[in-house]
Amino acid sequence: MTTRMFGEPIQRREDPRLVSGDGRYLDDLGQDALAAAFVRSPYAHARVTDVDVTDALDVDGLVAVYTYEDLDGRVAEPLPLLIPHPSLHAPRTGYPLANGIVRHVGEPVAMVVAVDRYVAEDVASLIRVTYEQLPVVVGIAAALRADAAVHEDVADNVAAHLVQEVGDARAAIDAAPHRLHLDLDIERSASTPLEGKGVYARWDPADRSLRVYSSTQTSTSVRFAVAAKLGIPVDRVEVVTPDVGGGFGVKIVHPWPEEVLVPWAAIRLGRPVKWTEDRREHFISSAHERAQTHAVDVGFDDDGRLHGLSVTFAHDNGAYTPYGIIAPIITSTQLLGPYKPGAYRVEFRSVYTNTVQVTPYRGAGRPQGVFVMERTMDAIARYLDLDRTVVRERNFIQPDEMPYDQGMIFQDGRPLIYDSGDYPAALDKLKKLIGWDDFAAYRDQARAEGRRVGIGIGCYVEGTGVGPYEGAHVRVETDGTVVVATGLTTQGQGHETVFAQVAAAVLGVPVEAVTVVTGDTRRFRYAVGTFASRAAVLSGNAVALAARKVRAKALRIAGEALEVDPRDLEVTDGVVHVRGTPQAQIALKTVAVLANPLRYAFDAEAARATQFAVGGSLDKPPVADDDEPGLEATDYYSPLRSTFADGMHAAIVETDPETAEITVLRYAVVHDCGRLINPRIVDGQIHGGVAQGVGGALYERLVYDDAGQLLNASFMDFLMPYASEVPVVEIDHLETPSPLNPLGVKGAGEAGVIPGAAVLASAIEDAEGIPITRMPISPSELWEARREGRR
Amino acid sequence: MKPPAFTYHRPASVADALAVLAETGPDGKVLAGGQSLVPVLNMRLAAPGHLVDINRLGELAHVTVDAGVVRVGALARHAAVERDAAAFAALPLLRQATGHVAHPAIRNRGTTVGSLVHADPAAELPAVLSLLSGSVTLASASGRRTVPAGEFFVGPLESALRPGELAVEALFPVPPKGSGTAWLEVSRRRGDFAVCGVGVLVTLSADRRVAAARAAYVSVGPTPLTVDLAEAVAGLPADTADWAAAGALAAARVRPEDDIHATAAYRRHLVAVLTARAGKAAVANA
Repeated sequence: MTTRMFGEPIQRREDPRLVSGDGRYLDDLGQDALAAAFVRSPYAHARVTDVDVTDALDVDGLVAVYTYEDLDGRVAEPLPLLIPHPSLHAPRTGYPLANGIVRHVGEPVAMVVAVDRYVAEDVASLIRVTYEQLPVVVGIAAALRADAAVHEDVADNVAAHLVQEVGDARAAIDAAPHRLHLDLDIERSASTPLEGKGVYARWDPADRSLRVYSSTQTSTSVRFAVAAKLGIPVDRVEVVTPDVGGGFGVKIVHPWPEEVLVPWAAIRLGRPVKWTEDRREHFISSAHERAQTHAVDVGFDDDGRLHGLSVTFAHDNGAYTPYGIIAPIITSTQLLGPYKPGAYRVEFRSVYTNTVQVTPYRGAGRPQGVFVMERTMDAIARYLDLDRTVVRERNFIQPDEMPYDQGMIFQDGRPLIYDSGDYPAALDKLKKLIGWDDFAAYRDQARAEGRRVGIGIGCYVEGTGVGPYEGAHVRVETDGTVVVATGLTTQGQGHETVFAQVAAAVLGVPVEAVTVVTGDTRRFRYAVGTFASRAAVLSGNAVALAARKVRAKALRIAGEALEVDPRDLEVTDGVVHVRGTPQAQIALKTVAVLANPLRYAFDAEAARATQFAVGGSLDKPPVADDDEPGLEATDYYSPLRSTFADGMHAAIVETDPETAEITVLRYAVVHDCGRLINPRIVDGQIHGGVAQGVGGALYERLVYDDAGQLLNASFMDFLMPYASEVPVVEIDHLETPSPLNPLGVKGAGEAGVIPGAAVLASAIEDAEGIPITRMPISPSELWEARREGRR
Repeated sequence: MKPPAFTYHRPASVADALAVLAETGPDGKVLAGGQSLVPVLNMRLAAPGHLVDINRLGELAHVTVDAGVVRVGALARHAAVERDAAAFAALPLLRQATGHVAHPAIRNRGTTVGSLVHADPAAELPAVLSLLSGSVTLASASGRRTVPAGEFFVGPLESALRPGELAVEALFPVPPKGSGTAWLEVSRRRGDFAVCGVGVLVTLSADRRVAAARAAYVSVGPTPLTVDLAEAVAGLPADTADWAAAGALAAARVRPEDDIHATAAYRRHLVAVLTARAGKAAVANA
């Protein structure tokens, strides 16, 4: 068989287009559209007392200015709370344009539409907004002190309070031979896709239909949200996602104010309108994540085995909670990693601050949870003077204990049950890959050279492939090509390649024959979106299921044509043939022709399906009662619950004894996401994830001052790592199939980023001999920590 | 992130450029490489009514070495200065420092003189000019003047350039025989503005004793700061001189501040460490 399919590291089929500049991103579209720009609040908390547009109205090229007072119908209502939760007792969402009060710098106050973006920004700069400043809440400590309130009617600033407990953790800790307490913090970062958000809308007044292009992670849900907000029948709305230059979580939130306002304005004006977010807008008005403070109490025995673990943490959710409390729920559950915690109690508060709202960013609460658990493991090892890997190994869930029920409720509302995994094998591979047991000798040698080095480790388990479902449509065309459509969107993951591999493998066609469409509601209407490492699990399996239906139909039709039992048929390179008798064959494209009985021929192939050409029984209709024309099928995959991938990272760092500069010398990853559809793409996902993990550990933080001004809202001061800061990533794979889905796959999208802060903190602590309890860490902070003996 | 409207001028000669600048006065701004100016315009931090694009003035693109001076014209890109063999032979510090200016794509477009005029205290070239006691030649419709580095850098992002003037050339004097230089910096990411940067120039006597030693610093004061290290190391055998003492001396002179990337104390510490390292490296290069 020459066809290269499932499991092969084939080249990404989308790359020639994307790397040669032929990608079509949001801002490449709508060159005839009017441009929108926004007046955004310069204050973190203020009452808007007046919006004066007098000076702006004279500008040539101005089309419209809108403020909250202009909004009508459901557009004037707060944006939706996307994921309600019983513990989210005080949810709040913003308005598309500020309704009287702004609660973070960057909140939209007025919308300008003009002939181009230059004029729109000129106009925006001439609109005079009068603000009456209100007390500002910045940081978790201030939020909990509650000297001031972000929302007048939420006096304690607490949006949500959730406790989950398995066993009596406090009693178990009290009764344990040893106890430790740790305070562990992670600071704010953000998804920071290189392409910001963007929306372009066209209204067809004759057809009364709306087409919206959005740089989103969920076109189907944007469609429903826009239709609902604008009061248009869903059937008259279509949403198309063009090429997307990165999402990393921020684009799963919807509808953004601009996703409502741009179509709304396009309808009002009867002209196409486009808005392309600029970098500063993205920093101050999209979404951030990560900021949490944690207090840990752990009880353990002489072997380092956990008896009880209690974690209380606070999550800074910024000014609003459109995405509910998904990120802290994930922290609270995924913190457990590959371990049996003994009794476990977790309690969190999600608090309001006058900063940009917080929604999931790749990893979504896991980097914090893993940091907490892995710092705790290291602390136990140090306390007992044990090797750090030994402590971990002793607490691992063993392969024969799978499936393992952690006894909690996960982010999808379903039980936290690990489906499969072999953690001892993964640790063994990692120790070999990084040379864990040889490190002491390397350290001695480095020390003799006056160099300071350290090694660190971090383990995680990641719930991937959350439901509720995805679907796929697979069709074999009469020219032999196969068209696959799935409703979730693509932001560079390589879906055009992997879904083609899945379909090709099932159908027995060359992967080159398959084209893949994603994120276009004209092509597939029911979908959820691309987030939570779910695309390969959900759409991958849906493609397989739909392709299996198509294959079964193809074999049935071919069996009739060849007058053989379909069970004796197989498909190779697009040809159906009798097993063992290759000369008895029919091309799949011919089967596609025969699958659609025709009255009219449009070419020679089609003529074979016309009424005087086909044979068959005259006692049956051309299309049987239980059949449909065409060689195509739709199917859906809906998982029982999440499937749990896992991985372990190790790093060797060098810290400069004088300048405190931190260099990652080696970075090793052992990764298990079940069966690999395309190892090259999984490696790429890991590379990118590690880059973001290194960023989150050593470079990236969003810094607000006490007035709620974001001090580094640019790529000059928000330090996303360059290629020069990202280490070479050494990767080894384990393939423990998931028993939950037909392909046996688990998600791989977020894996690389998750343990970054934990691993590098572990390595830096090892090099320095001082506790590292707060990440990210800069050379300046490491140097200050040396002076204090602690960070 | 779109600039407000401006009038665009693209003069064909230096004389034409000076005429436009004379006419537009404080409302005119020179566009060379645009690596600092264009972001400033896009973020609407400045809104000059007139941009005077000098990119067609090829006569200002020179990098020449003569009479003990490296002359760099207003249109010479960082990359041209960095790669110029004669300039490197005469004055290795230019390449040593320019290699730390941002990234290759920026060095391909940005100009050395533009960096001087921008007068960012975190930039390398102003410190290099200060360390070498160089100067900048400014032309206007009414004549030319040459301003020494010590007077050229007035404050953060503020140079002695007056409205109507075009900085046509920078002059980097070649130090005496027996000199060595080194440039070291600590930056958060490769190519970022330095958290602290130092250039050291040492001149050795025939018996390899330190005859003169000076250092210049970036990101530890409002303008490029120079410190005479002679007090700590002059007269000592170069290879065993106490460069740590020179570092301590410099650390006491600088005026660093806290920002989101580093504390003032850390920057001061880096001044000491990097001065000691750069001093030794400069001796090795002498």
